[in-house]
Amino acid sequence: MSESGYKLRIAQSLIGRGKVSRRDFIHLGLAAGLTVAASDQIFVTVARAQPQQGGFAKLGMAHGATTDSIDPAGYPDTFTQTAFSGAMSNGLTEVNAKGEIQPDLAESFESSNAAKTWVFKLRKGVTFHNGKTVTAEDVVTSMRYHMGGDTKSAAKSLLESVSDIKADGPETVVFTLNSGNADFPYIMSDYHFVIMPSVDGKADWASGSRTGAFVLENFQPGVSAKLKRNPNFFKNGRPYLDEVEFIAITDLAARMAALSTGEVDYIGRADLKTLGMLKRNPKIEIIEVTGYGHYTLPMNVTMAPFDNPDVRMAMKWAINRQEIADKIFLGHATVANDNPIAPAIKFYKNPVPQHRFDPEKARHYLKKAGMEKLKVDLSVADAAFAGAVDAAALIRETAAQCGIEVNVIREAEDAYWDNIWLKKPWCASYWSGRATADWMFTQAFAAESSWNESFWKNPRFNELLVQARAETDEAKRAAMYGEMQQLTHDDGGSIVLVFNNFVSAKSKKLGHGDIAPNWENDGLKMAERWWIAQA
Amino acid sequence: MRLNSVAKTVLQRLGLGLITLFIVSIIIFSAVAMLPGDFAKATLGQSATPETVAALQHEIGLDRPPVERYFSWVGKMLKGDFGSSFASRTGYRRTVAEIIAPRLYNTIFLAVMTALIAVPLALGLGIVAALYRNSWFDRVVNTVTLTTISFPEFFIAYMLAFLIISRDTFAGTEFAQSLPAWLAISINWTLNVVPKFPTLANINDETPFWDHVWRAALPSITLTLVIVAHMMRMTRAAILNMLSSPYIDMARLKGMGPMVVVVRHALPNAWAPIVTVVAFNLAYLIVGVVIVEVVFVYPGVGQLMVDAVRSRDVPVVQACALVFAAAYILLNLIADIISIATNPRLLHPR
Amino acid sequence: MTSAEPLIQTTRAHRVRRTRRSRMRMALKNAPLSAWFGMGVILCYVVIALFAPLIAPYRETQVFSEAFAPWSHEFTFGTDQLGRDMLTRLIYGARNTIGIAFITTTFSFAAGMTLGLLAAMYRGWLDQLLSRAVDVLMSIPSLIFALMLLSIFGSSIPSLILIIALLDSTRVFRLARAVGLNVVVMEYVEVAQLRGEGPVWMLRKEILPNVLPPLIAEFGLRFCFVFLTIAALSFLGVGIQPPSADWGSMVRENATLITYGDVTPLLPAGAIALLTVAVNFVVDWFLHSTSGLRDEK
Repeated sequence: MSESGYKLRIAQSLIGRGKVSRRDFIHLGLAAGLTVAASDQIFVTVARAQPQQGGFAKLGMAHGATTDSIDPAGYPDTFTQTAFSGAMSNGLTEVNAKGEIQPDLAESFESSNAAKTWVFKLRKGVTFHNGKTVTAEDVVTSMRYHMGGDTKSAAKSLLESVSDIKADGPETVVFTLNSGNADFPYIMSDYHFVIMPSVDGKADWASGSRTGAFVLENFQPGVSAKLKRNPNFFKNGRPYLDEVEFIAITDLAARMAALSTGEVDYIGRADLKTLGMLKRNPKIEIIEVTGYGHYTLPMNVTMAPFDNPDVRMAMKWAINRQEIADKIFLGHATVANDNPIAPAIKFYKNPVPQHRFDPEKARHYLKKAGMEKLKVDLSVADAAFAGAVDAAALIRETAAQCGIEVNVIREAEDAYWDNIWLKKPWCASYWSGRATADWMFTQAFAAESSWNESFWKNPRFNELLVQARAETDEAKRAAMYGEMQQLTHDDGGSIVLVFNNFVSAKSKKLGHGDIAPNWENDGLKMAERWWIAQA
Repeated sequence: MRLNSVAKTVLQRLGLGLITLFIVSIIIFSAVAMLPGDFAKATLGQSATPETVAALQHEIGLDRPPVERYFSWVGKMLKGDFGSSFASRTGYRRTVAEIIAPRLYNTIFLAVMTALIAVPLALGLGIVAALYRNSWFDRVVNTVTLTTISFPEFFIAYMLAFLIISRDTFAGTEFAQSLPAWLAISINWTLNVVPKFPTLANINDETPFWDHVWRAALPSITLTLVIVAHMMRMTRAAILNMLSSPYIDMARLKGMGPMVVVVRHALPNAWAPIVTVVAFNLAYLIVGVVIVEVVFVYPGVGQLMVDAVRSRDVPVVQACALVFAAAYILLNLIADIISIATNPRLLHPR
Repeated sequence: MTSAEPLIQTTRAHRVRRTRRSRMRMALKNAPLSAWFGMGVILCYVVIALFAPLIAPYRETQVFSEAFAPWSHEFTFGTDQLGRDMLTRLIYGARNTIGIAFITTTFSFAAGMTLGLLAAMYRGWLDQLLSRAVDVLMSIPSLIFALMLLSIFGSSIPSLILIIALLDSTRVFRLARAVGLNVVVMEYVEVAQLRGEGPVWMLRKEILPNVLPPLIAEFGLRFCFVFLTIAALSFLGVGIQPPSADWGSMVRENATLITYGDVTPLLPAGAIALLTVAVNFVVDWFLHSTSGLRDEK
C-alpha cells in the first residue's frame, strides 16, 4: 500500500469521528490517485455509516396533545414516549436492536430463588441533569410511583406481581416477586419505568431532571419539545446530536408534506397510501421494521354466540387476513395466525394450520355449531387502530360468503377504550406488543388479567402460563409456550389479524444503526442513537 | 342625543352578551358532562384500571357532583381565575390562562393577517366586478370564487401543500414526462416562481415576528380563498343595489365617472350589509379555522378546543368556548355600531 | 272601509297570480346560459341520485381484489382503497350525499322559517326568547359543537341530520325573521290583521308568498354548505357510517393521494364543486329575476 493510500485509510476511520473535513479528505483522495467524485463518494458513504458528533434534528411525531405532560404515569403516545422517556430518561434495562434485553442504568442484574428475587446493580457515578448522583433510593421511589392504591400510573398492572422493592446499599436494588418471572428485566425496560430523583421520599417528575441523553429545554404541550445534549450523559460518546426538536404533526398528509419539503428530518407513521411518492424523492429513505404490535378482533367468549368454540372457529376461517394486510396496510403488515406472539419474539412457534379465508371450513364449523346462518355485530372505530373501519367493511364482505352476516357498527372514536373495548361482544383492538411471550400472555390472555379482552379462561393455558414463567430450562419453556400458542390459536377468543410494521421515513441526512423492534422510533430511543451524517 | 342612544344600545348589547356567555358556559359544561367517559378514562385509555381511574378522578376533583363543580368554576371565573387544566398535578400547576394565551395570540395573528389580505381583496374585486358587471372579468371572478368555496377547506389546503411539494418533484413525475418538453419546462418554471412557503406552520413563543408571518402564509392563503368569495359577492350585490337608486342616477347625470360614483356615492351607503358580512367572516376566522390549523399544524385555539374536548379537559373547553363566544359577540357588536354610524336610520329598527 | 276591503284583496290576489306565473315564464325564457347549465346539472344529479341502483355498474359495497386499480374498461374510474369501484361509489355517493343534505336542509328550513316568521309576527317575549336562544347557539363554534353532540348521540345518520339541521336552522331563523319583519309592517298585512284573520292564515296567505324568494335562494346555498359541513366533520373523525358512500368522506379518505399526483380524489371533490357552482348559478339568476338582495350566509 502506498503512503497516500495508507493515509487515506486512516483518514477514512477519522471521518467517523468527525475529525477530517470533506475538503481535506478529497485532497488525500486525489493524492492517492482517486478522482474528486470518487473520493467524495467514499467520504459520503463512510460519513453516513459512522456516527457523527453535532447537529440539530427535527423529528415529526404522529401524536401530541395539549394534555401531554412529562409525568411518567402517563406517556400515552409516541410523542411523550419518544421525547420524555426515550430521549430524556433511562430505565434500568433496555431492549437492543436484536430484541435482546441489556442493562441501561443498571450495570448488571441476576435472579435467584426460582426467579422470585431480582437484584439490579446500578452503574456508578451516573448523575441526574441537576447534578445529583443516582442512588438505589431513587430507583425505589421511582418504581413505587407506579405502585400502591393511590397511583395514577397506566403501568400499575405491570408491577402487580412485585411484593417488595428495597435498596441494599447505595448501588443495589432488590425486587421480590409474588411468583417467579424469568422475564422480569424485560418489564423493567417499559417506557413508564424511568428513574427520577427522589425528593423527600417522593419521585420528583415535575422538575424534568432525569438521567437521559437530552435535557428538556422548551416544551409546549401539543406543539413541540426542544431538548439539548446532556454533556454528562453516562454512555460514552452519546448522544451524537447537539439538539433535537420533537414536533407534533398529527395529520398524516401534513406529516408527509413536512418531510417532503424538508421541514422535518424524520416522521413517524408514514402514510402508506402515498409512500410510493415519497420513495421517488431522492433525499428520503423509508424505514420499515416488523414490530410486535398486532391488531385483534376480540370475541367475548362468555357471550352468545361466541361461547361456542365452533362459532369462534367459523369466524376465524371467515376472514381474509391476506386481503386486510394488502389493502388496509398496503402490504406493510405480516399476516397473523390467531397467535399474539410476533415471529421476532423468543419462543415464537407458528401454530398449525394457518387460518385463512376458507368459506368451506367456515360453513363446516358453523354447521358443527348447529347453525346455518349467523348474524353478529362488530363494533369498530378508527380509535382502535387506523383502518379498523375499513377492515370491518372487508370482513363484512368475506363473512357474507360464509353465511355469516356481519353488521358493522361504527362507534364513536372518543372514549372507545372506555365504552366499547371489554364491553361489546365483538370489537376491534390493538396491542403494541410486548417483548416476551409471558408478558403478552399475562396481560391479554391470563384468566385474572383485567385486560383479558376475550374473557377467555382456559384452565390448561393458565396452568402452563404459571409454570413457564418460573421454568429456567429453556427447552421445557419453549415447549410450554409452543403449546400455549397452539391453544390461543385453536380455542382462544381473539382473532389476531396481522402484525403491523413500523413504517417511518427520514431524510438521508440522518444516520442510524440497526433499528430496535420493541417500540416505534427505534425503540423510542432514536434521539440517543441517531446522528446527522455529513452531506 | 344620538350619541346617547348609541351608547345605550351598546350597553344593552353588552349586557345581553354577558348573559349569552353565561348560558354558553352552562351548555358547554353540560355537553362535556354528557360526553362518554371523563378526563381520567380518556388519558389512561386502553391501560385504565378502576383503581387508577378513581385515584386520578379524586386528584382532579372529578369525584365531586357536576353541579358543585360548575358553581365552583363560576365562582373562580367571577374573580377572573380561569382555573387549572386537568393535566395539572400536585406541584405542577398548568393554568388555563397560560395554556390559552399563546394559542389565542396565534389565532388572532392568523385572523388579522388573513383579514389584511382578504378584506381589501374582496372589496376591490367586488367593486370592480360591480363596475363592470356582466363583463368577462365579472364572470371569471364570480366563477373562480364560487369554485373555491365549493371545495372542502382541507382539500384546498392539501392542494396548496401539493403545489409547494411539486416545486421539487414535478420534473420527476410520469405526468411531467408525458407532457411535451416545452410545457413541462414552463410548468416547472411557473411552480418555481411560487415562493417556497413552509407547509408546516409550527410556531412557538420564540418565533420572531416575520418568521411567524412567513410560516403562517399557507394557512392564511387557504383561509383567504375560503372567505373572499362571500365578502366579494356581498360587496358586489350591495353596490349594484345602490347603483339602481335615483341619487346615483343624479350623480351620473352630473357627469361623474363610474369609479367616482361608486367610491364616493354608492360605497358609503352600502357599508351596512358589507360590514355585517365582513364581521361574520372575521368571526369565522377566529372561531371556525380548526381544520386549517390541523392541516398546517398551526397551534391555534380551535385545535386546542378539539383536543380538550377529546381529552375531556373541561376547564380548557370552557375557556375556549367563552373566548370564541366573546369574539363572536364583540365582532357582531362592532359591525352593528359601524352600520349605525354609517346609516343612523338603523338605530330605530322597525 | 268595508266596501274598499274586498276590492283591495281581489286586485292584490289577481296581481300576484298573474305576475308570478307570467314572470316565471318570462324569466325562464330569458334565463341566461349559466342558469340553464345550472338547472341541467342539478337535474342530472337528481336523476343519478334517484336511480343509483339502476345506473351503477356494481353493488355499493362490493369489493374487488385490486385496490387502487387504474382507470380501465372494467372500472371506469378505477377502484378505491378497498378495491370498490369508484364510479359505483360516486353514483351511490350522489344518492347519500344529496339525500342527506336535502333532508337536513329541509328540516333546518322547516324549523328556522316557522320560528323566524312567528318571531317576526308576534315580536314581544317570543321574539326575544327565540332570538336570544339563537344568539347563544350561534356564538358556539358550530363545527366543534357538532363534534361534541355527535360524540354524545353517536354518529348515526339520523343524529347527523338532526344536529346539522339544528345548528343550521339558526341562520335560517335570522334570515326569515329579518325578511319577515320587512313584510309584517306592510299595509296589506296590517289590513289582514285588522280584519281579524288567524295567524296560520296570515302566515300562509300573506307572509309566506312575500318572503319566499330570498328564502328559496338561501335554501340552495345552505344545501351546499351541508355537504361541506359533513366533509369537515368526517375530517375530524365523525361523519357518515361506512360502508355507505358519501362524497365528503370520499374526499377525506383519498385526499392524501393528491400528493401522489393521482386525480381520483378530485372526482368526489369535483362532484361537490360542480353541484355547488350549478346551484349558485341558479340562485344568482333566481335572485336577479326576483330582484331581491341576498344578505347573510
